[in-house]
Amino acid sequence: MPEQTTTDTPALTLAGARKSFGAVHALVDGRLELRAGEVHGLVGENGAGKSTLVKVLAGVHAPDEGELTLGGRPAVLGGPADARAAGIAVIYQEPTLFPDLSVAENIFMGRQPLRSLRRIDTAAMRRRTRELFAQLGVQLDPDRPARGLSIADQQLVEIAKALSFDARVLVMDEPTAALSGVEVERLFAVVRSLRESGAAILFISHRFDEVFALCDRITVMRDGRWVSTDPVGQLTVGQVVRRMVGREVSALYPKQDTQVGDVVLSVRGLTRAGVFDAVSFDVRGGEIVALAGLVGAGRSEVVRAVFGVDRYDTGEILVGGRRLPRGRPAAAMAAGVALVPEDRRQQGLVMELPIERNVTLTRRWSLSRLGLLGPRAEREDAHRWTRLLQVKVGHLSDPVSTLSGGNQQKVVLAKWLSTGPKVLIVDEPTRGIDVGTKAEVHRLMSQLAGEGVAVLMVSSELPEVLGMADRVLVMHEGRLVEEIARERADEESVMLAATGQAGRP
Amino acid sequence: MVPKRLGTWDVLVVVVLAAVVVASSVLVDGFATSRFWGFLLLDVIPVALIALPMTLVIITGEIDLSVASVLGLSSAVMGQLWLSGTPLPLILPLVVLLGAVCGAVNGLFVTGFGLPSLAVTIGTLALYRGLSYVVLGDRAVADFPFSWTGAFIEPLPGTTVPWVAVVVLGLAVVFGVVLHATPIGRALFAMGNNDQAATFSGISVARTKFRLFVLTGAIAALAGFFWTMRYASARADNGGGLELAVVAAVLLGGVSIFGGRGTLAGVLAGVLLLITLRNALQLADVPADTLTVVTGTLLIISVVGPNAATMLRERLRRRRPA
Repeated sequence: MPEQTTTDTPALTLAGARKSFGAVHALVDGRLELRAGEVHGLVGENGAGKSTLVKVLAGVHAPDEGELTLGGRPAVLGGPADARAAGIAVIYQEPTLFPDLSVAENIFMGRQPLRSLRRIDTAAMRRRTRELFAQLGVQLDPDRPARGLSIADQQLVEIAKALSFDARVLVMDEPTAALSGVEVERLFAVVRSLRESGAAILFISHRFDEVFALCDRITVMRDGRWVSTDPVGQLTVGQVVRRMVGREVSALYPKQDTQVGDVVLSVRGLTRAGVFDAVSFDVRGGEIVALAGLVGAGRSEVVRAVFGVDRYDTGEILVGGRRLPRGRPAAAMAAGVALVPEDRRQQGLVMELPIERNVTLTRRWSLSRLGLLGPRAEREDAHRWTRLLQVKVGHLSDPVSTLSGGNQQKVVLAKWLSTGPKVLIVDEPTRGIDVGTKAEVHRLMSQLAGEGVAVLMVSSELPEVLGMADRVLVMHEGRLVEEIARERADEESVMLAATGQAGRP
Repeated sequence: MVPKRLGTWDVLVVVVLAAVVVASSVLVDGFATSRFWGFLLLDVIPVALIALPMTLVIITGEIDLSVASVLGLSSAVMGQLWLSGTPLPLILPLVVLLGAVCGAVNGLFVTGFGLPSLAVTIGTLALYRGLSYVVLGDRAVADFPFSWTGAFIEPLPGTTVPWVAVVVLGLAVVFGVVLHATPIGRALFAMGNNDQAATFSGISVARTKFRLFVLTGAIAALAGFFWTMRYASARADNGGGLELAVVAAVLLGGVSIFGGRGTLAGVLAGVLLLITLRNALQLADVPADTLTVVTGTLLIISVVGPNAATMLRERLRRRRPA
C-alpha cells in the first residue's frame, strides 16, 4: 500500500469484526481503515455485509468479535449515543428529520444552546446553523421547516448536524441513490470540502462512476468478508466488479438484437397540468425504450398515468390500437400492461404478506376456480415463478419483507411477468439491488423484448439506459425534449438533453 | 395446513371462551341450561350479524361506528312505516335499502373525499341516531303481529336453538369463505396492509371500500329488523351502544385495528366470548353498569393483547432471523 501523507494514525480501524444473527453470519471478517482526510469507498453486493458494518460503526449493533480503534485507541460502542460521542456520524440514504421543526431546531435537537432559566437560545441556534451552512458552502434557511426539503437538502441538514458535534468520521450509506445529477455534484463538493478539513469519510454506493470519481481508496466486501482495499488509481471498474461477485460478469448489459414489430403502446399528447406536458411516443413490440431524465422530470408520473394509477388531464393512451380508460389500473392490466413501480417497498409489494400471496396478487381471478382461490393453487403457481426467476426463498409462506432487496425485486418481476404482459413498464428496475441480480434483471428484459414484448424503462442510471435501450427518450421538466437512437446515444447526448441544453428534435 | 397466524391469539380466545363456559356452569345457577343458551344465542345474533361485514371493514383498515345508529334508524323507520299501514314484507326490503343508503353516505365521505372513517362514522353515529328520533320521537311501536314477532325467536324443532342463529352461522361461513378463499378476500388483506401497493396491483381500493360500507349499512339495517321483531318494539333508541360490543368482539377475535390481519373464525369466537361473559354475569346478578365496564375492559385487552403478542413474536424472531 502506498504511503499516505495525511496522517500516521488512522482515524478509525476495524479488524476481524464478526456479527451473526442466529444462523445468519452477516459479518464474518469485517475490516476497515479510515484515514483522516480521505474519502473511502465501500462496495459490495447486497448482503455482502456493508449495512451490518455501518451499523457496527453507528453503535446500533455490538459486534460478536472484533476490535475497533478510534484515533489509535481501542473503543467500545455501547449504543448510537456512544458512537456520536466518539465523533462518528452516519448519514442515511433517506434522513429522518422532524418535519414540523425548523432546520436549526433539527440540527440542535436534544442539545439546544440555552439561555438563563433553561430557555432555548434561538438566536444562537440560528447563528450557529448559518455558520455550519457557510462552512459547507450551501444555501439553506435555518428557519424554514424541514417539511418539503428535498432529500438532498435533508442530507445536508444531517451533515450540518454531524459537523455541529465535531464528527471526525462520517459514514454515508448510499447517499446518492435518490439524488439527481446536480444534487449529486453539490453533495460531492460538500464531501470534498469535508475531506480538505481533515474528516474521514466512508462512502457507500452502488454506482461505480461515483465511487471512482470521489473516493481515494476503495474497500470491497463479499459474503460478509473483507476482500481488498486499494487506492482508486490502481483499480478498474472491471476489477472491482470481479472482486464483488467473485466471478466474471461477462456481459452486464446483455442486449440482444431483436425483430422490432408493430406499435403496441402509443401515448398521444399526454398532459397533466404542472407535471408533464404533451408527451407523445410509441413503443413497438420487441423494442426496449428508455425514458431518461433527471429526477423530477416527470418520467415516473408519465408511466404511472399510462398504467392508470395517476390521473392526467388530456391526451390518450392506446394499447394495440385500443384506447385505455383513464385511471383504471385493472383495465390497463386487462389490456396487457404491467408496471414494475419505482418504490418496491411501498408500491411493488405488500411487505407484510407472504411471498406466495405477493406473487399471485395480480392473478387472483385467473388462478381461482368457481370464484374460489385455494392456498394450493397459489403455492404451486408461486413455486413455479420463483423458481423460474431464481428467487432465493426459504418458505413461500414467509413475509416478503424477509427477502433481500434483489430477491424482493425478483418477486415484483414474477408478479408482473406472470400476467404475460404485452407492454412491460419498469421504473428504476435495478435501483438498490446488487450487481448479480442486476445482470439477471437485464437479461430478463432482453429476453422479453426478444419474445416480442414492448418494454418501456425509466432509469436514472446512464450506463443502464445506454446499455439496454434501442431508443432513448429524454424528458426535461415535464416535456419530452429529445429522442436518441441507440447508435447516437452516449452519456453526453443524453445528459445534455436531460439538463435542457439540447434543441427539440 | 394451518396458517401460522391462526396459531396464537385465536386459539387463546377459544381457550378463554371454554374456560368461561366451564366456570360459569359450575358457579352460576341456571347457566348450564338449554333455555339460557337459547336466549344467549338470541343476543348473539345481532352482534354476530353486524360483526361479519365489520370484520371485512376493519381488515381493510377502516371502521364503521355508525352501525348501531343505522340499526336504530331502521327500527324507527320500520315503526313509522307500520303505523302508515305498510305491510311487513314490503318494510323489510325498504329498511335494508335505507341501511345501504346510510352505508353509501359513509362510503362516499371516506372514499370520495378521503376522510378518515373513524371521524366520518362518529359523525354519522350521531346523525343517524338523531334522525331516528326525528322519525319516531320517543314513541314505541309495539303492535306488530305475533305471527311475525314470534316467528323470529322460534327455535329449531326439538331444540332451543333459534333458527335465525343457524342462518347467521350460514352467513358467517359465506363471509369466511369470501375472506379467506376468494380473490376478493386476498384484495381486502392486501389493501389493509398497504393500499398503495394494492392500487399498483390493479385493485380498486376506493370502490371496494365503498361497497363494504354499503354492505355494512344494509346488514346493520337487517339486524335492526331482527331486533325490532325480537323485542316486538320499534324504538329510536334500539341498539344504543351496540357498536361498541361489535367492535370489541371483532378486535377480541384477533382482527388488527390497523387492518390487514384477522380471521373470521376468530371473530365468531370473540362474539361468543363477549356475549357469554356478559350474559353469565347478568345471570349472576351483576349490575348493568358493571357489564359496560366488562365490555370496555375487553375492548382494551383486545387492542393491547394481539399487539403485545405480535411484539413478543417479533422480538423472538429478531433473536433468530430466518
